[in-house]
Amino acid sequence: MSKTVIPFGPQHPVLPEPLHLKLVMQDEIIVDAIPAIGYVHRGLEKLTETKEFTQNTFVVERVCGICSCMHALAYCQGIESLMNIEIPDRAKYLRVLWAELHRIHSHLLWLGLLADAFGFESLFMQVWRNREKVMDIMEETAGSRVIISVNTVGGTRRDISKEMLTKISVIVDEIKEDLKQVEAAFFNDYTVKHRLVGVGVLTKEDAYALGTAGPMARASGIKQDLRMTGYSAYGELDFEPIIEQDGDSYARTVVRLKEVYQSINLIKQCIAKMPEGEIVVPVKGNPNGEVVSRVEQPRGEVLYYLRANGSKTLDRLRIRTPTFANIPALLHMLPGSQLADVPVLILTIDPCISCTER
Amino acid sequence: MVNRSEVKSMFDMIGNIFKNLGSKPATRMYPFEKREAFKDARGQLGGIDIDACIFCGICARKCPSDAIVVNKAEKSWEVDRFKCVVCSVCTEVCPKKCLFMSENYTDAAYTKEKAKHVQQPKSTDNGEQASA
Repeated sequence: MSKTVIPFGPQHPVLPEPLHLKLVMQDEIIVDAIPAIGYVHRGLEKLTETKEFTQNTFVVERVCGICSCMHALAYCQGIESLMNIEIPDRAKYLRVLWAELHRIHSHLLWLGLLADAFGFESLFMQVWRNREKVMDIMEETAGSRVIISVNTVGGTRRDISKEMLTKISVIVDEIKEDLKQVEAAFFNDYTVKHRLVGVGVLTKEDAYALGTAGPMARASGIKQDLRMTGYSAYGELDFEPIIEQDGDSYARTVVRLKEVYQSINLIKQCIAKMPEGEIVVPVKGNPNGEVVSRVEQPRGEVLYYLRANGSKTLDRLRIRTPTFANIPALLHMLPGSQLADVPVLILTIDPCISCTER
Repeated sequence: MVNRSEVKSMFDMIGNIFKNLGSKPATRMYPFEKREAFKDARGQLGGIDIDACIFCGICARKCPSDAIVVNKAEKSWEVDRFKCVVCSVCTEVCPKKCLFMSENYTDAAYTKEKAKHVQQPKSTDNGEQASA
């Protein structure tokens, strides 16, 4: 039978970012998928070599909007370990608080986009209405909605008052209540399940062999969550990674939805345990040596490789983002699936192309 | 086949829809109704109290996007708002605290002009301009 090549993206209604796939089709079935990336490469890694190491925090935050806070966190942790800086306890908790707020807004964004991808517009709006509350917390605490610029080498740039912490606690409870209503639609609705259950199955062995990261790996039954290593204040907080066994699109949705509840729980724990004290320590001197710094982002594990030479600028900064690790899994899932399922399949890896290309 | 829990979940959503019908919209009637900016929000680099500036140039050196140009000889301070990333580092490092942030975000611009401030020569005791 003759084959047809259908270009998918870089401009496509379901894609928030430019990813191009050449889909080799036989009728409605995909037989091969050839990816092409490079539409949003900005050369940020190279740019960091020209800036001072303190300025780079703002550069790495702009790698990706959705997980900007965690990019800066990974970078700052790397520099701090190179310079043997022990940051104050309050800064550690504040970092976790903002990181988990970021995870909530990222996952809610994704849940909305997924609902939009299978054509459930009202569900998309219900989810994004809740996301807006998180964005408002971000603006009120950090001064900005998305690129919040709170992390700095040596601690955090802003503190959160006691009244604000109480307010955050009330708002996340509201989000939890609201989310319980839409949760039923994601978990049980007939049409939603029809689009997700059994679509894009990734077995545990495949997920391991293809090197998937984050919710992708956890939905296939791999217990892998960088937060378990206890960086920042995670070591003092009580949580268990969320695992699903099925490895299909439905399992990935369940993992991410449950992770929103987990993040709300972590935020509550953070607020309860928040120590008093300083938020930043002064930084003297320049970093020297090389280090690998890893952080769990909403999409999975991000890896920062830093090499410093004792001057103000870095020799090399290399960023390996979770979407880069998950694209091989997407290419594994696509052959054999229907053309109509491609939007859902692409979305369930939660692609962040800006991250991938930097 | 549709099972019982799936049918029930459809009604959960219908309940939500009825609730939404009776409640206020989640969005605002922008631009008729505007939300006040939060206190200390980083809207834009508000500007400079140019008379207090000593032209040390720390803000220009620390700016991550090289948006600020300080000229000591000319006694001028200039910001390119199209380069500025509104990180507020300049206001934090300023030794005279003469830079300030504004909570409201930048209005749309019609021209790509840079905001240049030049310090006027200080008046002498008899009220005449020193350089005049």
